Amino acid sequence: MPSLFEKIWASHVVVPESDDTPAVLYIDLHLLHEVTTPQAFDLLRAEGLPVRRPDRCLATLDHSTPTVPVKTLKDLEIVSEPSAAKQVRQMEKNCKDFHIELRGFASRDRGIVHVMGPELGATHPGATIVCGDSHTSTHGAFGALAFGIGTTEVGHVLATQCLLQRKPKTLAINLAGKMPAEVTAKDLILKIIGTIGVGGGTGHVIEYRGAAISALSMEERMTVCNMSIEAGARAGMIAPDDTTYQYTAGRPLAPQGAAWDAAVKRWRTLPSDAGAKFDKEVSLDVSKLKPMVTFGTNPGMVISIDEAVPTDGDPAFRKALAYMQVEAGKPMLGKLVDVVFIGSCTNGRLSDIREAARILRGRHVDKRVRLLVVPGSEDVKRQAEAEGLDEVVRAAGGEWREPGCSMCIGMNGDTVPSGKLSVSTSNRNFEGRQGTGARTVLASPLTAAAAAVKGAITDPRDLVG
Amino acid sequence: MEPIKDIRSRTVVLPNDDIDTDQIIPARFLTTTTKQGLGKNLFNDWRYGKDGRELPDFVLNRPENRGASVLVGGNNFGCGSSREHAPWALLDFGIRAVVSTAIADIFRSNSLKNGLLPVIVDAKTHRWLLDNPGAEVRVDLETTSLEANGKRVTFPIDRFSRYCLMNGVDQLGFLLERRDAITRYEQAHA
Repeated sequence: MPSLFEKIWASHVVVPESDDTPAVLYIDLHLLHEVTTPQAFDLLRAEGLPVRRPDRCLATLDHSTPTVPVKTLKDLEIVSEPSAAKQVRQMEKNCKDFHIELRGFASRDRGIVHVMGPELGATHPGATIVCGDSHTSTHGAFGALAFGIGTTEVGHVLATQCLLQRKPKTLAINLAGKMPAEVTAKDLILKIIGTIGVGGGTGHVIEYRGAAISALSMEERMTVCNMSIEAGARAGMIAPDDTTYQYTAGRPLAPQGAAWDAAVKRWRTLPSDAGAKFDKEVSLDVSKLKPMVTFGTNPGMVISIDEAVPTDGDPAFRKALAYMQVEAGKPMLGKLVDVVFIGSCTNGRLSDIREAARILRGRHVDKRVRLLVVPGSEDVKRQAEAEGLDEVVRAAGGEWREPGCSMCIGMNGDTVPSGKLSVSTSNRNFEGRQGTGARTVLASPLTAAAAAVKGAITDPRDLVG
Repeated sequence: MEPIKDIRSRTVVLPNDDIDTDQIIPARFLTTTTKQGLGKNLFNDWRYGKDGRELPDFVLNRPENRGASVLVGGNNFGCGSSREHAPWALLDFGIRAVVSTAIADIFRSNSLKNGLLPVIVDAKTHRWLLDNPGAEVRVDLETTSLEANGKRVTFPIDRFSRYCLMNGVDQLGFLLERRDAITRYEQAHA
């Protein structure tokens, strides 16, 4: 009675593990970006090795790219840090030298790697997917086993299409109940991380299960799986179902025709068997869930929007509160906001921008706030513009930018100034994550847009309806 | 990679729980295309003031901690981003082992591939190490144990990783030797 994870694991073992050696695990899809790959390509060059399966690589530029318009490398030299421009040039060269198709500046497909993969239909149920990026867990939303790896392992996959892996443990998170209106997938995953803690998933692959999960759209499921790593989990996954197949059907890199029918038939056997056993189980009722906001310096330091910041004598807890300039026992509601960022692999998809636009439409961003809206990919950008969402953002006084990781990681010049408070739809509120000294509050696109309009942390339920 | 048998050093202690890889090496230093030279930016935003000068109170800057190669961190060390730049920066700075009650999965995997030893100890041993910064310790791969305060505690480490570390074996070589099995797998799953 195997689980979804166990079925995928078993079907990808090239050489089984033993006491002395880990399993050799086959990788179906390898996602590549400019920041975590240059040293891996150097290794291949030094060893005289080719890339074994360039056809199983999907490469793009996302992390250190500017979000002002750049169509050529020459444009990049003008707007970018020299080291970032060099990294992008190196990626172009590496992909060319090793015969990997790069979806670069001239490509209509370019985007954050975890937004681009699913929208191209490259992310398939039952597949093993890796990337030198911890948010690879996003792809687990399709019932894939997807996880982040380091650069040495990027080299292993380039050279052999395999990884050496010990089998992780499994953690079932059972989510019962129906989520209230105006409460989003982002609020759900923040609640889960707050419940199990930032180390609660270490050594485990999470399977999110239950009625509350089945009811989510693919974009919402991606938001949930995306932040599995913020609970320390190796990966997060959701059983594929009709929602999954409807999303994937007809996309450019999805199977077509008879191959599609055969694939769906195979995918239908993937969900965990009824009696599947997990190493750990956690259950949560989501029917009373509220919008969530973080108050500290990791995603586990999170409360409902109407709660007060908890009290704790631990020195590290007090240090986090001091960094964030928040007080124990006081609410986050009403705290003044300087920057609002809507984007990232967590919340940079079309539905996220639509959600933000529900609040921004016909309103104006508070004069103290800089609002930056960064679509997750060229495709998201095109679709949003076709719906006029770019105009909604601009009319509200926000900036509508080019796709990329942007202010989630602050590698491309999009940063929050020191000491300023940002409400961000991204995934990490670590010290300095959005810029040296930046203070980050993680929230949903609805809550972020509400903060932009009011200039302070606001319950978004007061502004929609 | 040089074979590793044991590491003897004083400890340097960073007691904070959940030290993430953004603290170990902030993202703005990731626009590099090499592994070298990251040590100067290790814990950059904790180590240096706004003027770029070392903050004298930060543990890594104190004279008595210079040269220590065993870092004792709080619980859940190395969480967050998958950046291998984190172990590269620690090694470049001179850290060769990280001791904690829990170490995040990707950081642990990256460390093992670069010769940085992730050492997980029980809460009592950890408490003693946190309370006794600068203690002389020995991390021994042969017996997979940490000696401190006249006591020896063992730590878990994957047998294969231990073998590779002790013999200076690169894991890629092991994978490349499995090429025939990989080809057979690809043919069966084409």
